Amino acid sequence: MLAGGKSALMAALIGRMYYLQVVESDRYKTLADENRINLRLLAPRRGRIVDRFGVPIADNQQNYRALLISENTRDIEYTLDVLGRIISISPAERRRTVRDVKRNRSFVPVTIRENLDWEDVSRIEVNAPDLPGIFIDVGQSRNYSYGADTAHVLGYVAAVSPKELTGDPLLELPGFRIGKAGVEKVHDTALRGSGGSSQVEVNAFGRVIRELSRTEGQPGTEVVLTLDLGLQQFITRRLEGHSASVVVLDVLEGEVLAMVSTPGYDPNAFNRGLKSEEWKDLISNPMAPLINKSIAGRYSPGSTFKMAVLLAALEKGVIAPDNQVFCRGYVELGDFKFHCWKKHGHGLVDAKMAITQSCDVYFYEIAKRTGIDRISAMANRLGLGVLSGIDLPGERSGLMPTKKWKRGALDQPWHQGETLHAGIGQGYVLTTPLQLAVMTAHLANGGVEITPKLTRLVNASVGDGTTNGADEKKSLGIPAAHLKLVQEAMAEVVNNPVFGTAKKSRIKEPGMEMAGKTGTVQVRRITKTERDAGVIKNKDLPWKERDHALFVGFAPVHEPRYAISVVVEHGGGGSSVAAPIAHDVLLVAQRRNSAATGVGTIVQTEPTARKSPEKVAKG
Amino acid sequence: MSQEGLNTPDLTLRQKLWQVHWLFIMLLCVAAGVGLAMLYSAANGDMQPWASRQFARFCIGLLVMIAIALIDIRIWMRYAYVFYVITLGLLVVVELAGTIGMGAQRWLNLGYFNLQPSELMKIALVLALARYFHGGSIEDVGRPTYLIIPLVMIALPAALVLRQPDLGTTLLLVMASGAIFFTAGVRLWKFAIVLIAGIGGMPVAWQFMREYQKQRVLTFLNPESDPLGAGYHIIQSKIALGSGGLFGKGFMQGTQGHLRFLPEMQTDFIFTMLAEEFGMVGGVGLLGLYALIMIYGFAMMLRCRNQFGRLVGAGITTTFFLYVFINIAMVMGLIPVVGVPLPLISYGGTAMMTLLIGFGLLLSVWVHRDVMIGRRGGDEV
Repeated sequence: MLAGGKSALMAALIGRMYYLQVVESDRYKTLADENRINLRLLAPRRGRIVDRFGVPIADNQQNYRALLISENTRDIEYTLDVLGRIISISPAERRRTVRDVKRNRSFVPVTIRENLDWEDVSRIEVNAPDLPGIFIDVGQSRNYSYGADTAHVLGYVAAVSPKELTGDPLLELPGFRIGKAGVEKVHDTALRGSGGSSQVEVNAFGRVIRELSRTEGQPGTEVVLTLDLGLQQFITRRLEGHSASVVVLDVLEGEVLAMVSTPGYDPNAFNRGLKSEEWKDLISNPMAPLINKSIAGRYSPGSTFKMAVLLAALEKGVIAPDNQVFCRGYVELGDFKFHCWKKHGHGLVDAKMAITQSCDVYFYEIAKRTGIDRISAMANRLGLGVLSGIDLPGERSGLMPTKKWKRGALDQPWHQGETLHAGIGQGYVLTTPLQLAVMTAHLANGGVEITPKLTRLVNASVGDGTTNGADEKKSLGIPAAHLKLVQEAMAEVVNNPVFGTAKKSRIKEPGMEMAGKTGTVQVRRITKTERDAGVIKNKDLPWKERDHALFVGFAPVHEPRYAISVVVEHGGGGSSVAAPIAHDVLLVAQRRNSAATGVGTIVQTEPTARKSPEKVAKG
Repeated sequence: MSQEGLNTPDLTLRQKLWQVHWLFIMLLCVAAGVGLAMLYSAANGDMQPWASRQFARFCIGLLVMIAIALIDIRIWMRYAYVFYVITLGLLVVVELAGTIGMGAQRWLNLGYFNLQPSELMKIALVLALARYFHGGSIEDVGRPTYLIIPLVMIALPAALVLRQPDLGTTLLLVMASGAIFFTAGVRLWKFAIVLIAGIGGMPVAWQFMREYQKQRVLTFLNPESDPLGAGYHIIQSKIALGSGGLFGKGFMQGTQGHLRFLPEMQTDFIFTMLAEEFGMVGGVGLLGLYALIMIYGFAMMLRCRNQFGRLVGAGITTTFFLYVFINIAMVMGLIPVVGVPLPLISYGGTAMMTLLIGFGLLLSVWVHRDVMIGRRGGDEV
């Protein structure tokens, strides 16, 4: 009886064992593995960004951190005291360290300080015997060596926001950074690479016992830009103090050799994490340092628009190059008077002279004859008022008004007076500095369509890159004679010693002469009383009410290679402020031979396999 | 060995040694060997800190066991009550001046070693009850009043042990006593009454339970309710068992144990570790070994020609069985965690010693199976 009861109980035990170890075994096996195996992601190294000559402009810096493992030290406070005598530890850092030590298990490393300099690192290493539990760890952090000079083009990296999570577990790694703007954003996936993983066995307390397997990730791809860093830096220095944009294009390839928007900002600060006052300063600054004015600033093109108007008129045949228009300082349309910038008029002007002297009356006249729709169509063909398609995020299209547009957008009929305003690049017409540069490149290269681009090469690995570009050349269909006339007129603007509006900015070096067109854009309405009393000088106005200074140009005149657009917000006159900047930049660009080197010559690791920049420069 | 003036034609020491059940001792050694192997594994392949000490204890225990086996059964019978009273006194001392450990007051620090009187009581109670029922006839046992004294004999130590508090040992004492009552001839319906009364008394008992005991019962009923707290032991133990599967992960390859997910793997949860590393095959194998030990225990008991020996045998084998059952059922999540070690395998000196003393008595019963003892302890002709 007693034995029977015991046998029954023993059978129950075996039954239970069978249930757990055979029937439910698979479930528990999974649970056991979940217990012990942790998958740890290994962050890949972010790809570098280099300029066209291979100079790294965004790379990864060794970030030395002082870490503390509390179980290896007997007295945390004492150890921190000793460390505090060797390197400086702020009270806040100390508090955070002590707090983190309490929150984590004793074998989890806690960061005491980041971004140590070499001196601190060596001091800690030397004193290591006195600092139990403290060790130095090397991480990677993004570094932009040229800071604000390249900020708007490169963009920046920063911590992933919840909205940006795509399910890629890499993004969920603590401390992982992704591209938030500029090239960093456009090529984020390539730059990021792919994460590796490490399977580790952990015990019940989370301590790593051993690594079970490891898959190395693919480091990020190197991105080669079309930018010439030297030119970019020169322009940044030249624009100091201005709220301005300069874009330099290679007129043949459409490559962006320089794109500067000032003032800039320090992209490293975004990576590090901005303090709230820093952020407030950035967004409340009237010069809008965060905006890339080159692609997102919209300005009336002013007189730099006149080439487009002339080409539209010539194409429609409403005027021949030799036809003259008499300028007496104004034209009348109905009850309105449209003034020329020169109060007493230019007298008789033909097409070339109208550009050279920037006669408004001539353009009022031909704009009236051509009509707004044709002017806008020509402007669009030249690249104005349409997205250029550059490989940067945040580009804006500007605006080329048409009758249909006004009917749709404002529900109003088009007035002929508005055509006249458009004829001198004012009114509804809005363009970006990049578009002005593209237009100028089109004028300079003989009407071959280009798309501006910033990326030359995305190097998957050495020698195995994908080239960006080498697309077919397409003509804009503008008669060569018309373009020749415009080019000659633009050459006169700078080089005509008597009439040229930018004659003071002539490039004297033989073979490097430039051509161009000035533009001065009113940002306020000039009333009749003011006009009668005499227009107030720019320097007497508050900054916000001063004219925008513009200049578009190309060089060298006879074999154009570089196109430039200069926009200085509230800078004053196009000829007095913008043209000298263009002079300096185009001179430097030609001296540096910024457009030299063929695609893909920059890979430093394999210098013999391709032509070096010097060789090409000579040839 | 001394015969203390008993005048039966006794066996010589050599004859007694010959009579000792060596096959049974060999089974015990095999079980202890399995235990040492598991302790070696629990220490990640090291004799320290557990296996070597456990080995020493087992060797000493083995000698003590054989010595006890050779002592005449009648001496044990004569001193049964004395032994019981002394142990009961020790329990009172523990209550007043014991060392507190693991949330309970169980130990007496004797300088050299720690004594756990509740362990001694497991033996003492069996001896005392056997002594009491030895003198009773069938009619005596049938009278309810006859059962009052043995019930008090159980109730006193049970109450003291429960106060420590040690629910596991209390249950062992009560259930082993039940087996002796049954062997002595107490009717089944009387057990049924006690059982019903017990169930009825449960709400009352609940009131007197310590917080951690209540927690253990609640956790047993639903371990997943508190996976990181009290339910952790049971869940991790089941994971370890289940993941071991039919053939196990291999000696020293158990992940749950070696990575410390399994708590107290060298003591209460050592069966889990064994079943993780050797699978169901290993677990059933160990149960088979225990079953063999129990079968031999029963066989020895049944061959005994005196009532005292039979009762002692029943008490000892039942205690052994209860250890095995409660421990294994506990680690498999069949009953709440009560903290009972796995006999001969779990690390721990006191439990090992108690067990081997018990088996020593069982062997003594076997060696002296043909000794006739009178109703009052004298010889029967």
